[in-house]
Amino acid sequence: MKFWRRTEKKHETVKEVSPDTPSVSQPLKAKTTKAERRALQEAQRAAKAASKGYTNGNSAVAESGKASPAKSKKQSSQKKDGPPVTSSVTIYKKSGNHPLEKERKKDPPPQRMQFDDQNRVEKAKRRALVNQTEARNRVEIFRHLPQYEHGNQLPNLESRLFQLDSMHPAVFKVGLRYIAGDISGVNARCTEMLRALQDAIIDYSTPPEKVLIRDLTAKINSYVSFISECRPLSISMGNAIRFVKSRIAKLPLSYTDTEAKTALCSDIDRFINEKIIIADKVIVGHAITKIRDGDVLLTYGLSCVVEMILLSAHDLGKKFRVVVVDSRPKFESQALLARLIAKGLSCMYTHINAVSYIMHEVTRVFLGASAVMSNGTVLSKIGTACIAMVAHEFRVPVLICCEAFKFHERVLLDSICCNELGDPDAVATVPGRMDINYLDNWTNKENLQLLNLMYDVTPSDYISVIVTDHGMIPPTSVPVIVREYGQEHYIT
Amino acid sequence: MDFQVVVLAGGVSKKLLPLVSKELPNALLPVANRPVLSYVVELLELSNLKDLIVVVEGKDVALNVGAWISGAYADRLHVEVASVPEDVGTAGAIRAIAHHLTAKDILIVSGDLVSDVPVGAVAATHRRHDAVVTALLCNAPISGPLESVSSGGKDKTKKPGRYDLIGLDPTKQFLLHIATGAEVEKDLRIQKSILRAVGQIEIRADLMDAHLYAFKRSVLLEVLDQKSAFQSLKHDVLPYLVRSQLKSEVLLNGTPQAEENGTEKVNSQSNQQMISQILANASEPTFHLRHTLGTIGSDSVRRAHKCCVYISGSSKYCARLNSIQAYNDINRDVIGEASHLSGYSFSAHNNIIHPTAELGAKTTVGPHCMLGEGSQMGDKCSVKRSVIGRHCRIGANVKVVNSVVMNHVTIGDFCSIQGSVICSNVQLQERAILKDCQVGAGFVVTSGSEQKGEVLAKK
Repeated sequence: MKFWRRTEKKHETVKEVSPDTPSVSQPLKAKTTKAERRALQEAQRAAKAASKGYTNGNSAVAESGKASPAKSKKQSSQKKDGPPVTSSVTIYKKSGNHPLEKERKKDPPPQRMQFDDQNRVEKAKRRALVNQTEARNRVEIFRHLPQYEHGNQLPNLESRLFQLDSMHPAVFKVGLRYIAGDISGVNARCTEMLRALQDAIIDYSTPPEKVLIRDLTAKINSYVSFISECRPLSISMGNAIRFVKSRIAKLPLSYTDTEAKTALCSDIDRFINEKIIIADKVIVGHAITKIRDGDVLLTYGLSCVVEMILLSAHDLGKKFRVVVVDSRPKFESQALLARLIAKGLSCMYTHINAVSYIMHEVTRVFLGASAVMSNGTVLSKIGTACIAMVAHEFRVPVLICCEAFKFHERVLLDSICCNELGDPDAVATVPGRMDINYLDNWTNKENLQLLNLMYDVTPSDYISVIVTDHGMIPPTSVPVIVREYGQEHYIT
Repeated sequence: MDFQVVVLAGGVSKKLLPLVSKELPNALLPVANRPVLSYVVELLELSNLKDLIVVVEGKDVALNVGAWISGAYADRLHVEVASVPEDVGTAGAIRAIAHHLTAKDILIVSGDLVSDVPVGAVAATHRRHDAVVTALLCNAPISGPLESVSSGGKDKTKKPGRYDLIGLDPTKQFLLHIATGAEVEKDLRIQKSILRAVGQIEIRADLMDAHLYAFKRSVLLEVLDQKSAFQSLKHDVLPYLVRSQLKSEVLLNGTPQAEENGTEKVNSQSNQQMISQILANASEPTFHLRHTLGTIGSDSVRRAHKCCVYISGSSKYCARLNSIQAYNDINRDVIGEASHLSGYSFSAHNNIIHPTAELGAKTTVGPHCMLGEGSQMGDKCSVKRSVIGRHCRIGANVKVVNSVVMNHVTIGDFCSIQGSVICSNVQLQERAILKDCQVGAGFVVTSGSEQKGEVLAKK
């Protein structure tokens, strides 16, 4: 407002008086200009008030719209949504002049829990169902990620099986398996979690005074927060949960309990079917066209889609070799290797430290992904960025195979913001070699910190094409897919 | 959590005669002045399991046990006492109450277990692996050294008949072989298919089966139906399930898979297969999975089920009351090392003396002792490492060492009791000397008699 007035004044003084000090010109024009200016000011103020009333009304509507999803997400993301709600309200106020843009503007994604803030960590601990003791000797730069003592988690949770009555048995089982490390890989984790939620929904019955939609959403939030305490959720699992919640929210109020439950279960079945199973088949169909006879394909880590591609190509009779690259501490690719050899493919097995020496004979690189961001960066098992970079240097095309439900609207620029810390003891010991025990008491050594990262981020420059169930797209087209297809499936 | 608890409290066991009788069944035998069944019930209550089914043999035993339970736990727990005819064995007991069992998994606890192992952990292991049976294994107790020479010439070689031979896989999660030590004469037979599938078996003799099992209900009832000759869970059902774990004949999902016709069904089946493939590939492959997906070109569909174990930590106490030796040991332990189990608070001298108990002049009560309500001790008595029940009248100059004295016992002057168990309502006249004896209820030991290693009971 002040800005406008000042410009108006300056314009007037320029028009009527020479560009001297405006204070001198005012008494010359004295009454008329002052009255005119007064009238102008009043008119401006009225116009301003009118427009502000409009924007206030708008922002009020938008605020309430934001508040109810915030409320329904209260349980799970109380810790996350608290500050962002206020910050988004201030955004609305600042952009009050441009109502259209404001409606189109998306809210910043809710902040993930940052674990270096002592207060929030304490609050979360009090609410937590799983008792976890924090690890010592944490790396400074990763203090915002949760790190717990891995030895105690499973026994602690196990002995409390019967105390956690609020938890559905299927959900508890999934939580146990996550902590124990029985499942790895996004597809499997997602499928298990959705199946557990399905079981929980089937056994659910609305309490007398409550509405199904809100109560079921609250229950699902509590289950999801339990699961994420056991092991932090991956980004694509967040997509699946958003889908489930949006389906619940869309249930017509006239549905009875049984109708609603059958509808939800069939929705979840459809999600798993379309987004995972059929998507995998489509991806395999696309990717096979990229494999020619005489190819040498390189793969890293254990991706179920890549495994399916290799086996189907072999079944079709194409002649190619596979180089399987593996890394410590998990050695996940060995299982893949065993299955490929059992089917008769000719394979070479090596560790990631030798990648630059074998890359010269590789013709294509197939990698899986845990999630793909809007700027085309790929979040995947640690080591993938290294492989993609080496492949880029040797001008070998890198194909990322991932289903569309793993796309997310976030943007990641580095591997530090959003990552997961694994068990440091796995890095300190070598299985099968008891004599390598130099790091046995590493927790007592204050100047030693062990880091076991699980994920890393591959920039889009190193990726040639992403094979999804919507087709083969360059990394720059990811935001298009998120925008076009995201709305119809995930976001209401 | 979809678990149902069944406590097998037995009846009147022959091994514990003459301590037990029709009036005092197995379950109500006092350990540290509490019926032994109370330890199991408290353990379950700690784990938030409030709905129990207690199975006893014999109708009058059922009445006794029921009366005690409703007296002690009426408001806190919901307990159903079921009685089965005698001598049907544990398997028969489960068959008899099969219609009561509705939950997905059944937790079967032996009523004579004294332990503080978290029951939830066994159940969680069971759920995590989706197992058919999960057994609790604990460190086998070393028979404690008796301060006196062990009972005479009866058995010089202390046969530790309480151990089992357990075969585990390298990750110590799965049960590959189980046999009771007493049964093994010369050789141990192990399934070759299991050995081939796993690669490595660890045979241990230091672990004991604690008789706490988690069963999948459908499988348990199916096995009991099909094999009507099985009498005992521990000796028949469990080894059968362990032996057949790679050649499973039990239906894991309850209902048999119907023949699928039509393309939609084929599609859904192939989708199911894909899902199970994804899940199988993603998880740590257990040897069961490797076996079923194993050799190429095998025609028969092989199914496997899992038998898991939960090995309790060495800090947990676990013992079963199945012999008189065990009774002595458990009494000693509950007041001694495992005193947190007894639930009593210890005095400064490390013993428990009830406030209404009266001690005479110059009477010493050593550490690790227990004196019940209303008991009276004469002058110059000495009590060491023993349990004395309620309302006992103990005369002067009496020495009680390493023994268990139950309620309403009258002990004359100058008696000496060592390593013995004296049941309720017994009268020991003056100068009786008992060493490693068991005196049944209501017996009168004549004055001046000296008994060593005898079982004295009313005929």
